[in-house]
Amino acid sequence: MSDQSNAKSPPKRSFLQSLEIDLRLLGMIGAFLAVCLVFNLLTDGRFLTPRNIFNLSIQTVSVAIMATGMVFVIVTRHIDLSVGALLATCTAVMGMMQTSWLPNILGLELGHPLIPWITIIAGLLIGALIGAAQGWLIGYHGIPAFIVTLGGLLIWRNVGWHLTDGATIGPLDKTFILFGGINGTLGATWSWIVGIAAAAISLFFIWSGRKTKIQHGFPVKPMWAEFTVMALITGAILGFVATLNAYTVPTRVIARNPALFSCESAEGCVAAYGIPYSVLVLIAVAIVMTVIALRTRLGRYIFATGGNPDAAELSGINTRFLTVKIFAMVGVLCALAGIIASARLGYHTNDIGTLDELRVIAAAVIGGTALSGGVGTIYGAIIGALIMQSLQSGMAMVGVDAPYQNIVVGAVLVLAVWIDIQYRKRLGGKS
Amino acid sequence: MSTPLVEMKNVSIAFGGVRAVDNVSIDLHAGEVVGLLGHNGAGKSTLIKMLSGAYKMDSGEIWIEGNKATINSPRDSRDYNIETIYQTLALADNLDAASNLFLGRELTTPFGFVDDSRMESETRKIMARLNPNFKKLKEPVSALSGGQRQSVAIARAVYFNAKILIMDEPTAALGVHETAMVAELIGELKKQGLGIFLISHDTREMMELCDRVAVMKNGQLIGSERVEDVTEDDILSMIILGKNPKAAA
Repeated sequence: MSDQSNAKSPPKRSFLQSLEIDLRLLGMIGAFLAVCLVFNLLTDGRFLTPRNIFNLSIQTVSVAIMATGMVFVIVTRHIDLSVGALLATCTAVMGMMQTSWLPNILGLELGHPLIPWITIIAGLLIGALIGAAQGWLIGYHGIPAFIVTLGGLLIWRNVGWHLTDGATIGPLDKTFILFGGINGTLGATWSWIVGIAAAAISLFFIWSGRKTKIQHGFPVKPMWAEFTVMALITGAILGFVATLNAYTVPTRVIARNPALFSCESAEGCVAAYGIPYSVLVLIAVAIVMTVIALRTRLGRYIFATGGNPDAAELSGINTRFLTVKIFAMVGVLCALAGIIASARLGYHTNDIGTLDELRVIAAAVIGGTALSGGVGTIYGAIIGALIMQSLQSGMAMVGVDAPYQNIVVGAVLVLAVWIDIQYRKRLGGKS
Repeated sequence: MSTPLVEMKNVSIAFGGVRAVDNVSIDLHAGEVVGLLGHNGAGKSTLIKMLSGAYKMDSGEIWIEGNKATINSPRDSRDYNIETIYQTLALADNLDAASNLFLGRELTTPFGFVDDSRMESETRKIMARLNPNFKKLKEPVSALSGGQRQSVAIARAVYFNAKILIMDEPTAALGVHETAMVAELIGELKKQGLGIFLISHDTREMMELCDRVAVMKNGQLIGSERVEDVTEDDILSMIILGKNPKAAA
């Protein structure tokens, strides 16, 4: 059991290697920044304004949340074509729940403070239930995920239609729509507090991670590299907060209700939107899903099953139940995305989430999730969703006609996967 | 004679109409190496997969240390301290050595999260014993050589204090030097009192490593003999003709 390659002295480490930043992450961020800069040039600086960055982030949330779940599905060599339709059924249930069922059947009057929370819990449960049922058909009965979720696409889209008779349901509850984006934000002060806390927590984790490594006698990166990474992360978090805080509430909005922004009158009142709640939800989802992927047995089993289903089973992993769990998770995320999507519109509409399944799959795949299974990251899927959304809204701002927009998005999808395959070939099978 | 570690009694399994294992009885004692020989498709791997929980037998019984055992899944088998090194190695190629070694039995922190640092340092320790040249702990096992992959699979079987070890073609992918290391390891484990089922095609190797050889053909057990009682030719004729010259004499 010899190993020639280790006989050589360790090669000199380049700047990037010392930082130990994933090259693929770097590539994706680079691609995202390139897209932003090009559109910024084409729109004479209108693309990278605080206002547009704010809009971009709230437009991305719904697809990005579902894409994090799609990563697990694709990693285990399945696919879920039903996410958009599932989202629609969930928002239909939640729409009916808050505007009709709870007031008319349970007798809670409209605007009752319990309505939004009961609605949200019901929505998440419905999502989990439908997802688990699809996972059960796939895991325990061996029906290919493609077929089950293709059926699901037709079924759930139209169950939603049936529940609402195809009507637009609204207006939605006042608390509920806070999750939509611009209607619910932290404001400047709290945004700074959250941003600084987030930066502090990240620094703490980097530091304690380094200490654990030293304890076990593993190599650590040089001090300067550690500090560079810390500075980059702190800069990114605080920069994002500063940008969102730079988007101030228009005077005409303040004029409607100055007290909301703690001002006597609209005149001379400056208020910033800050971080939208929906973005906080996405960040929370991203953290939870990343922890699941990297730090739990569940995540380990998901990736092991994707890498070699037989080996996973021989290791005593219950791969059937695992499939149920994964699809149930996606169901919950669809419901969560549905809360945000319908709250952003203020209504449940019959066509909500149409074609989202393709956007979600594309986001996961652009983010480096391999359809052959075993490989994928949560952050990649979120950046993938950001790239898709930037392309789409950027082209809309430039005034590209709708058909050309879709042509470009389609081409980018194929190109991204091609680049990823080339990258992996170069690294010789490494993921 | 002491209670056998493993006793498989009248075990059968069929796939479709094919009786892959047909009424086979075999036993294994502590500190003993039993070799299973036979042509491809003779039923060796299938027999062993019933013991390791990968297949469920149609009929028959398995007794472990004098108690009747129910093995319906790989997890059950592991609970009886049975460890298997599969011919395919059964490694998740996209994960690193430590994740593979502990797959299904991850070490966790008090909060229930997987403890990668501790698993990595445990992996370093056992690898230092099994394969001192093994350094690629961070790489997915797809980036490893055949021998290195094999040593990960062996480490996984040895680490968890197995009493019964099943090795399906453990040396098929290995070079001369590595094969010698595996032979040495088998001797060492035997001294520690493990019972080992060994599957191989190499009759000469089996004569050296095993205490007993059992020959299978077309799903049936032709015979099981102590190596000192038979010649290589006897075994070959059992494999090819499906007759036990000892029994005939």
